[in-house]
Amino acid sequence: MALNSRTPSGPIESRWDNTKFEMKLVNPANKRKYSVLVVGSGLAGGAAAATLAELGYNVKCFCYQDSPRRAHSIAAQGGINAAKNYQNDGDSIYRLFYDTVKGGDFRARESNVYRLAQISVNIIDQAVAQGVPFAREYGGTLANRSFGGAQVSRTFYARGQTGQQLLLGAYQALERQIDAGRVKMFPRTEMLDLIVIDGKARGIVTRNLVTGQTDVHLADAVILATGGYGNVFYLSTNAKGCNVTASWRAYKRGAFFGNPCFTQIHPTCIPVSGDYQSKLTLMSESLRNDGRIWVPVKAGDTRPPQQIPDSERDYFLERIYPSFGNLVPRDVASRAAKRMCDEGRGVGPSGLGVYLDFAASIERLGKQAISERYGNLFEMYERITGESPYETPMRIFPAVHYTMGGLWVDYHLMSTVPGLFVLGEANFSDHGANRLGASALMQGLADGYFVIPFTIGNYLASNKFEKVSEDHPEAKAAKAQVTGRVEKLLSIKGKRTVDSFHRELGKIMWENCGMARNEKGLKDAITRIKALREEFWKNVNVLGESNDLNQSLEKAGRVADFLELGELMCADALDRKESCGGHFREEYQTPEGEAMRDDENCAYAAAWEYTGDDKPAALHKEPLTFEYVHPSQRSYK
Amino acid sequence: MRLTLNIWRQKSPTDQGAMVRYSLDNVSEHMSFLEMLDVLNEQLITKGEEPVAFDHDCREGICGMCGFVINGVAHGPRRGTTVCQLHMRSFHDNEELFLEPWRAAAFPVVKDLVVNRSAFDRIIGAGGYVSVPTGSATDGNSILIPKAESDMAMSAAACIGCGACVAACPNASASLFTGAKISHLGLLPQGQPERHARALNMVAQAAVEGFGNCTNIGECEAVCPKGIQLENIARMNRDYLVGAITYREPQAEAGAG
Repeated sequence: MALNSRTPSGPIESRWDNTKFEMKLVNPANKRKYSVLVVGSGLAGGAAAATLAELGYNVKCFCYQDSPRRAHSIAAQGGINAAKNYQNDGDSIYRLFYDTVKGGDFRARESNVYRLAQISVNIIDQAVAQGVPFAREYGGTLANRSFGGAQVSRTFYARGQTGQQLLLGAYQALERQIDAGRVKMFPRTEMLDLIVIDGKARGIVTRNLVTGQTDVHLADAVILATGGYGNVFYLSTNAKGCNVTASWRAYKRGAFFGNPCFTQIHPTCIPVSGDYQSKLTLMSESLRNDGRIWVPVKAGDTRPPQQIPDSERDYFLERIYPSFGNLVPRDVASRAAKRMCDEGRGVGPSGLGVYLDFAASIERLGKQAISERYGNLFEMYERITGESPYETPMRIFPAVHYTMGGLWVDYHLMSTVPGLFVLGEANFSDHGANRLGASALMQGLADGYFVIPFTIGNYLASNKFEKVSEDHPEAKAAKAQVTGRVEKLLSIKGKRTVDSFHRELGKIMWENCGMARNEKGLKDAITRIKALREEFWKNVNVLGESNDLNQSLEKAGRVADFLELGELMCADALDRKESCGGHFREEYQTPEGEAMRDDENCAYAAAWEYTGDDKPAALHKEPLTFEYVHPSQRSYK
Repeated sequence: MRLTLNIWRQKSPTDQGAMVRYSLDNVSEHMSFLEMLDVLNEQLITKGEEPVAFDHDCREGICGMCGFVINGVAHGPRRGTTVCQLHMRSFHDNEELFLEPWRAAAFPVVKDLVVNRSAFDRIIGAGGYVSVPTGSATDGNSILIPKAESDMAMSAAACIGCGACVAACPNASASLFTGAKISHLGLLPQGQPERHARALNMVAQAAVEGFGNCTNIGECEAVCPKGIQLENIARMNRDYLVGAITYREPQAEAGAG
């Protein structure tokens, strides 16, 4: 099957406008005759469900949490980018587009990124109108800050809780539609399979997490907005429940998986403190604006930081990247920290950490000023580690934070299964090989509020939908498969807990498919993952019943899918013989240790097709062309 | 350190439930409270006993999913902290702890420490929004908002909907939760058109759900992990009062053309 990205041609400024005009519309009176399933209730899913219901479609929305307000979008701290140029500092739609294509290391589709930059301005307007309390200047206008090394101030924020406030805006719009009876909400419900009938996505199979009941939901189109798969690493900044199951089930039903190996490692997280560690906590990237990152010059220096004189400290980012210093992009900062730790210069009990020091800023600006900027973050750090960043430097280490990869979608956000649309972090997205700070919120809301309402209308208006029922063989087969799998997991009754498998998988992934990858490590990881997966299906111990709230059972199903995804990620990382963005292959680096892209051979998006459980996935390539932003080596020196 | 844990175990909403005693060794002070429970659960599974069910998700104090009562205090002893961010250094060796779910008629127990808080969603659905369909917004800077008011609105909007306020209130009142949303939107120009109707409808929904009234005790504010203040309840009462006095039946919409 050939990939058709449906990317429009013509001048890039008018591609989206032209596409919108060319798309078919559904008559207002006919919208209520169509039904749409939205899986996930975060920024992308919540925004899509609310907006489609406002338009008049029949919507059902599903989330695994107890309320749509808890989707993991809520944890985003820093902000949301928009090309408003309110600061008159030279920003424009074109500049945001340019920065995003370059920041993504030239592995994203230009047309999509341009549309994202265009829509960014509408998102801010919509959020303000909903009552999102963005930070303000004294004159009452919206405040902006520069974020993640951007050279213009285009980031809008609401204290350190921008994701929370944007999500609550979408959630409130969604609750309004639920109250009006236009959305039926299914909380504590997990999608466990996709139903494809006559080549079109027509429904899903769900499990009610409280009663264990398995249900079939049928519709005219299905939207997945189920987030990223960073939890394949066990330790990540994702919420504990984040999982790949919905995407993975869709993959096995024919949706291609795009760039699975593109993961983002965030440089400023609190280091691991012990084996019991269940997740990693992000410290906002904004801390790098005033903190200086360093390690001791000598390897194995165990003196407390205060006793290490300035001359024996290595401010390595400032040394290696003098023009960007501590503000280099995430992938660059993370890799540099790893190199320091590999040299034995890491700090803290595990040796896996670097200092983020505020002493110089406190001296220059005063404790008061620093406390106003970062007070809540310092408090959170102290709560977790028991150390005050005012007195002693923070210890930070990179952690998995976001996955740029996801289900492959065309310009209409439709996957390779007609009628299956994928939004937000769940798709393989507009971020290429590396996402810039404050761009995730922008993309989730752009997809949900302003792209899908048009493209799904076009799909519905251009297709005929036969009436289908739960008795359709495909629906029955999918449901039977789901119940069979649940029973199988409960019947193994082995010796190891689900978490122990998950931890082991995470370790394999982090060591071999994390910040640095090489051929030997990846091949080895694939062998080990296969063996671990085999052991899982023989030796996992899941207690309890299926007709009950059973958190071990939920986890088991998710880990089983991670055990398959991990292998695909390694295969993708192995196949991409270059270094780009978050994907760093040790074989492909410059003499200074920087990522070396191969634009001649690797300027493509990888799209993997499932071909059977015992067969390797088939690779399809979508070539990427750059008509506007010409590929260049990223340099932050 | 070593802990004795008394945990509420209840198989289903209809089961009577009881406290069950566990002891746990080698608890590190660096663990979060939920990581301590993870360790207990791993041990229970290995012994063939069903693990303790508790709600949690982000584990960084923002999703509002976690929460239970520790020794009579919602979210435990540390002020302004959800249980997921509470670390074991807040406890001492050989301490005995009692863990219970939120207790309120409007929050029925689902299992063990897990409760059903969907009543909160219905309170928001009754009016906790600005009716502004996607696409109908004006330019963001066309609405000027004084910084002080915007900051106050943000402080009210910081509510994470965890339900600790209800669990701590002797009346199981949802006033702090409801008042926070009424304040957040009522303080902003965008929220003015629906301000009084919002207060009337949300307060009415809270009563339907079975939450009690506020009698100014202040337990809610004391346990709120996000520092939501009692003044939000005062604003709710004022908006409710004005709404009740000025209420008029809606007029029929005129047909067009």
